[in-house]
Amino acid sequence: MSGSTTIAPDPVEILAPQKQWSGQSIPRKEDKRLTQGEGVFVDDVKRHGMGYLHFVRSPYGHAHITSIDVSKAEEIKGVYGTLTGEEVASLTDPFFQLATPPGAHLKDYALAVGKVRYVGEPVVAVVAETRDLARDASELVEVEYEPLEALVDARRALDDATPVLHDDAGSNLMWEGVYEWGDLDAAFAEADRIVKIKELHFHRFNSTPLECDGALVEYNRGTGQWTIHTNNQFPGFAAIMMGPAMRTGLDKLRFVTQDIGGGFGNKITSHPQLVACCLLARKLNRPVQWTEWRTDFHLSMSHGNERWFHDTEVAVKSDGTLLGFRTKALDDAGAWLRYEPLGGVIWAQVTPGMYKWRNIRLEFTQVATNKAPCSPNRGYSRMQHLWFTERMIDIVAHELELDPVDVRKRNYVKAEDMPYETPNGCVYDSGDYAQMLDLALELIGWEGIDERKNEARSRGKIVGVGIGSTLDSGTNNFGQSRLINPELQFSGNNEVATVKLDIFGEIVVTLGTTPQGQGHETTAAQVVADILGCPVDDVHVRAGHDSYWNSHAGFSGTYASQFAVTGLSAVKGATDMLAEQIKRLGSVILGGVPVEALELAEGTVRIKDNPEAALPFMACGAIINANNAGLPEDLDVTLNCRYVYRPPFEVPDVERKFGNLTLTYAAQIHAAVVEIDPETGHYEIVDYAAVDDCGLRIHPQIVEGQVMGATAQALGAAMHESFEYDGDGNLLTPNFYDYHVPHALDMPPLRTGYIESASPFTPLGTKGMGEGGGAGIHAVCAAVQDAMRGHGDAIVYDSWNPYARVWELLNKPEHARALVEVVSS
Amino acid sequence: MGVVASSKAITVTVNGVEYEREVEARKLLIHFIRDDLDLTGSHIGCDTGNCGACSVIVDGGLLKSCMLLAVQADGATIETVEGLSEDGTLTPLQQAFSDHHALQCGYCTPGMLMSATALLRANPSPSEAEIKKALQGNICRCTGYWNIFEAVKAVAR
Repeated sequence: MSGSTTIAPDPVEILAPQKQWSGQSIPRKEDKRLTQGEGVFVDDVKRHGMGYLHFVRSPYGHAHITSIDVSKAEEIKGVYGTLTGEEVASLTDPFFQLATPPGAHLKDYALAVGKVRYVGEPVVAVVAETRDLARDASELVEVEYEPLEALVDARRALDDATPVLHDDAGSNLMWEGVYEWGDLDAAFAEADRIVKIKELHFHRFNSTPLECDGALVEYNRGTGQWTIHTNNQFPGFAAIMMGPAMRTGLDKLRFVTQDIGGGFGNKITSHPQLVACCLLARKLNRPVQWTEWRTDFHLSMSHGNERWFHDTEVAVKSDGTLLGFRTKALDDAGAWLRYEPLGGVIWAQVTPGMYKWRNIRLEFTQVATNKAPCSPNRGYSRMQHLWFTERMIDIVAHELELDPVDVRKRNYVKAEDMPYETPNGCVYDSGDYAQMLDLALELIGWEGIDERKNEARSRGKIVGVGIGSTLDSGTNNFGQSRLINPELQFSGNNEVATVKLDIFGEIVVTLGTTPQGQGHETTAAQVVADILGCPVDDVHVRAGHDSYWNSHAGFSGTYASQFAVTGLSAVKGATDMLAEQIKRLGSVILGGVPVEALELAEGTVRIKDNPEAALPFMACGAIINANNAGLPEDLDVTLNCRYVYRPPFEVPDVERKFGNLTLTYAAQIHAAVVEIDPETGHYEIVDYAAVDDCGLRIHPQIVEGQVMGATAQALGAAMHESFEYDGDGNLLTPNFYDYHVPHALDMPPLRTGYIESASPFTPLGTKGMGEGGGAGIHAVCAAVQDAMRGHGDAIVYDSWNPYARVWELLNKPEHARALVEVVSS
Repeated sequence: MGVVASSKAITVTVNGVEYEREVEARKLLIHFIRDDLDLTGSHIGCDTGNCGACSVIVDGGLLKSCMLLAVQADGATIETVEGLSEDGTLTPLQQAFSDHHALQCGYCTPGMLMSATALLRANPSPSEAEIKKALQGNICRCTGYWNIFEAVKAVAR
């Protein structure tokens, strides 16, 4: 078979009562406009007299800028103006840095100032009457460079002879920290075997949303306010970065979005480009439109963190019981810290992976290189760490000739251990990983796998099976930033929703979020309809985000697997408030009936024992909004309710690096069967299963869609996608020709499954999800390695395994073999 | 040497409406459709002709409108996503995309719908392999394609 199928497990205990709307895959509210080409994406927004912005970008990986001459470009008819780094440096302050020194000393502006540090870095912005003219005029901007040696291999970053990117920092070191929990010495003393792995590498890629970044920025000279139509997916963060840099209050930065063509974290850090648009909109006194070209996106926007793991040692008992590990993580942040060094702590949300080991030491070092800046990418920083964790599990099994299934089940945190506190104080809220693994194995036909291997062998092919276990931690406690920099004043999290009952009875919901396909309008309506007892079609959820709606807070946005918790809890909170107000109004209008005797049903507030005594919502809206004379003075009812959901968090203990860093822990377990042609290294995924547990599901179809999409991205990353640089810092994969994302013909057969372990910590029993797809990378690596058993026994040491590497693993396993050693203690 | 004209008047019929416009000779058809005609349903996802978000049907044939200059379409009859449904009623294919959750962000969807429409006109009963082949020029980064295959299968005879 080649499509997808879902099987349902035995039902788990549902903690919340079954609702009428929640839990059902109702038609998505977004689909009608999106299937008719009626969505409004950022490049669709037009304004009279707008100019198109094009960036002149660095052709060098590392160079001094010796001169810039924009005069020839500005002479062209139809060119409205330009912006240089020098102007930016006079008009703005450097972006606030999250790092402690030396990273804190970086002076990061909207455009390069004095020096370029990666190929594709914006140097000058040109605005002209048409897109093509702006591009042409950019060619006339004369920039003289004095090239410098480029640093592309993070492993050389701290060598004495290596060029330093940022003189202000004095070193390529951006941030470092040591994390240690438990008793490593005791664990290694207790171990029967120590598995040593010299080097593992997680490669550089990102999710490449199909819509690139963009903005249309208008400046209102009278009020000094910018309106920023954009597809930035975390306006709360963008505002915090942009306001101080632009020396303006946040109310002067109005963010507006409607539809966003995919984000995956990659649209969090467009703030430098947005600042350039803002400055030019003010300078030129006209709306400025910027849409990134695909090549621009690949060159410059939000690469996922590349990470090395060196000198790893795993302490294991003979029976496969895992006691602990130590490693040195080297993270390549690229040229600037745009969201970094948060990747230096985000991984710690999932420190032990899904396993019970208690003794862990990780030395984290983050360095700058002459490559595009890293920023969040679906699974941000946890994916790298969980890949490493799964590699350790499978390499241990491989070297000690243990069954990877047995090692996992022996060491998984068990259902009865939940809620489980990890060595660093995170609390895994619920789950049953062993059950999920059984389900995944069943879906790929684990029972018959030996026969399958034999059958393939008869055809000259090699079959391997691999498992990828992963956590999808969601709802960040931003207090974890203090483990990076104790001076930072961030902690907790929040999200906002407003729900109102308008004059003709319309139920109108606004969200603080910026969805990119996750169906927030639909799931929010389900939650509201359940509480108000009305049809889901009666709930109107505004599309997109607008800071004029006052439905946002500091952490508003759509990122990091949290909407089902933060967003929907805010919706629930606001709707509960509204429901209570409707009842209080009903109590007055229906003759002083006690509130407790009332219920909301069929779009009315009515007396439970006498349903015919009912006040329609339309009447409620009309009374409060337009016919309120004679109402009691003390009736505090607005029917316009704003709720800020604040998850229960404490500030983590900075000294011990201890505390709960995320509220929920959704999980995914994937299993892959690969078939390799040993002659060429070409391989295919011939069977694949993805099992998800994200607590109670509001809309199962949307959840499954997230699982599928994340899986596809993982398979692309595991097999094809990589941002590869040459020695001079030139990106070799700057577009979809060279950077092969999965196409229709690449898709393997997929089976999905799920269990539902309600989160005990969230108002709806939900867990955020959407980022568990990294399991696909883990599973493919494990499957390829499994195929190596008896065929050279190479370990898989890289997250990116194109056919050439698989051929090398099979035919030249010496390099991979030399990376691993087992010592008996 | 003669003067090379930098613009040209063209006439195109898009979704049944005839448009006459003066266009720059180097303007891509997709930019003409989106910027000049304000039909923003067709999208742009790459600059190399790989992604298919701009797919439209020109004189009955499926084309990526970023791979054609607007002047090359002079006299052509063009169909875009905006022309699929009538009076806001979804076509069976559009409805199947919604029913099967074959779209998330919706950015690739217009191009995907045009490719699938062209396929189904030419071959109303495509096999799964034929569906995959017909859609291989359209990149989707959200869905993994599986639900898109299901949606097209659902309307295939």
